[in-house]
Amino acid sequence: MKIPKKTLLDLYATMFRIRCFEERIVDLYARGQVPGLAHLYIGEEAVAAGVCAQLREDDYITSTHRGHGHVIAKGAELKLMMAELFGKKAGYCKGKGGSMHIADFSIGMLGADGIVGAGLPIATGAAMAAQLEGNGAVAAVFFGDGACQEGEFHEALNLAAIWKLPLLFVCENNHYGVNTPAAYSLAAREITRMPAAYHIPNRAIHGNDVEAVYRATGEAVDMLRRGEGPYFLECDTYRWHKHKLSYEFVDLRPQEEIAAWAKRCPIAAMEAKLVRQNVLTLSEIGDIQEETLKQVEEAHRFAVESAYPQGQNALEDVYSL
Amino acid sequence: MREITFEQAAMEAIQEEFRRNPRTVHLSTDLVAELQREFGADRIRVTPIAENCFVGAAVGLSGSGFRTVANIRMATFGFVAMDQMINHAAKITYMFGGQAKFPILYRMTVGAGISGAAEHSVSPYAMYMNAPGLKIILPTTPYDAKGLFKTALRDNNPVVAFEHVLLLGMKGEVPEDEYFIPFGQASIKREGTDVTVVALAKMVHDALAAAEDLAKDGLSLEVIDPRTLVPLDTATILASVKRTGRLVVVDEACQTCGAAAEIVALVTADQATFGTLKAAPVRVCGLDVPVPFSPPMEEYAVPDKAKIVQAVRDMMRSAPRE
Repeated sequence: MKIPKKTLLDLYATMFRIRCFEERIVDLYARGQVPGLAHLYIGEEAVAAGVCAQLREDDYITSTHRGHGHVIAKGAELKLMMAELFGKKAGYCKGKGGSMHIADFSIGMLGADGIVGAGLPIATGAAMAAQLEGNGAVAAVFFGDGACQEGEFHEALNLAAIWKLPLLFVCENNHYGVNTPAAYSLAAREITRMPAAYHIPNRAIHGNDVEAVYRATGEAVDMLRRGEGPYFLECDTYRWHKHKLSYEFVDLRPQEEIAAWAKRCPIAAMEAKLVRQNVLTLSEIGDIQEETLKQVEEAHRFAVESAYPQGQNALEDVYSL
Repeated sequence: MREITFEQAAMEAIQEEFRRNPRTVHLSTDLVAELQREFGADRIRVTPIAENCFVGAAVGLSGSGFRTVANIRMATFGFVAMDQMINHAAKITYMFGGQAKFPILYRMTVGAGISGAAEHSVSPYAMYMNAPGLKIILPTTPYDAKGLFKTALRDNNPVVAFEHVLLLGMKGEVPEDEYFIPFGQASIKREGTDVTVVALAKMVHDALAAAEDLAKDGLSLEVIDPRTLVPLDTATILASVKRTGRLVVVDEACQTCGAAAEIVALVTADQATFGTLKAAPVRVCGLDVPVPFSPPMEEYAVPDKAKIVQAVRDMMRSAPRE
């Protein structure tokens, strides 16, 4: 199947938007301009972009502590995200969530989450809601190789399988839980053996090839929308940055490994391929980059200019009316 | 008026609300045949034994437009689901800035008295009181169970219902007509003038029996059942203590950091009430041990009528505070 040029441009733009947004965050953290911590997605952009491009606005996703990419790919507004990172009242969560807890329920983005694996049970509920609505909507849950070590992972696989939930499991295998290699902590070795044990159709793909992710997701989501039950995609990828942005945190991964993966940049790879094949021109790419930089700049300015919440706003939203 | 059991009253509330609102789902590890017959297997689902997963699924369902009842069965199993309960259900409204509602009713049984041993006899509501974002109900009669469940099933927040295992079969008057009991409204189960007894869960009934006994000695006990712990009707408790000048709080949960400690603290920290106290407040609580299995030890570890009577007598004998 040939992917239309319009879609290719969108995929590229989404990946570049994630990269650009996060590079700005790196800069802001280095200058101490945002509070707390952030977990960066740089290097893994093809997964969020490829998966979310196959989702409708009424499809649900849940995300992880490394969630900026998923939030952006699902269609969130950079301004509201950036304001949230700054802890401003205009942010997605009125400054109550920060980097790790961005949600936009209006576009089916049910939240990023600081507990490894915790998005899995929540996504089974969203998938169940979609199943009960019976309108062909689906849910996708993003998680890493680390989450595959949690009990919630197995509970969610089992539940999705017995109830044939329209749930797409998207495992972003970046090979490390903080600094601990999955090669050490996952006895199953091949992650797809675990969904296979629950009779969930599955596939391992190159997660830095956005076209591959887009195609595989398309086939999986078609099955989900037909009511054939859950599907499991393992996307092989790597994060370029250390586990979290904080001064004292030390990256223990081998330098050669980090350097090797940097050469497999999903964005550079797509650029090179599409220019070589005369699908995209350098000027089209330049236009996207320029437009994206402008959006990030605007988001940054919006966040800086927005007001902080008052201390007593802490008392609001504990309960819904 | 007709009489039905606590369990039937709770079930009736669920049935009425499920009839009224088709966007409702019931999750439990056991088949609830009468619900499934009426509402079908799509909405009434038997879950795998995966408490964390279905407690979390309730969060996902409710965040996606469905009201969910998740029956965890015993509070001891609730501990298995603490990640989803505390990290998510309790915090998700707040953490995401109130952009979505999470209408969930979590049910679990509490209480000793069945030789259930240490795991199956817990009453851990105070742990949940320490997680802002949850509402907590503690019905003690069939009438209260139905009225509080009806309110819970219209509330837009995660509500946790703790139901004492020895009350489930208790019969009582429940009107046929629809009614609701608002949260945060204590019930004065018996009026009195000498001592305010705030009792929780099954202890409400033990306190009422103690009040009956002590009335023979000419002592008048006021027995208050808060009915909901979050929100807690502090005003009714304070007003009563101001009248009686004496407070006894009875709870079979362990004493340390329990709901009883919180109630005593709320009363003594209220300057206007503190000045009216004629004696130091007393807690009659479960001992700080896991609930033992063997009946003599279990009875020793958990409060009952005799212990309440003794505590009130001791309190009345103590020198009056002028």
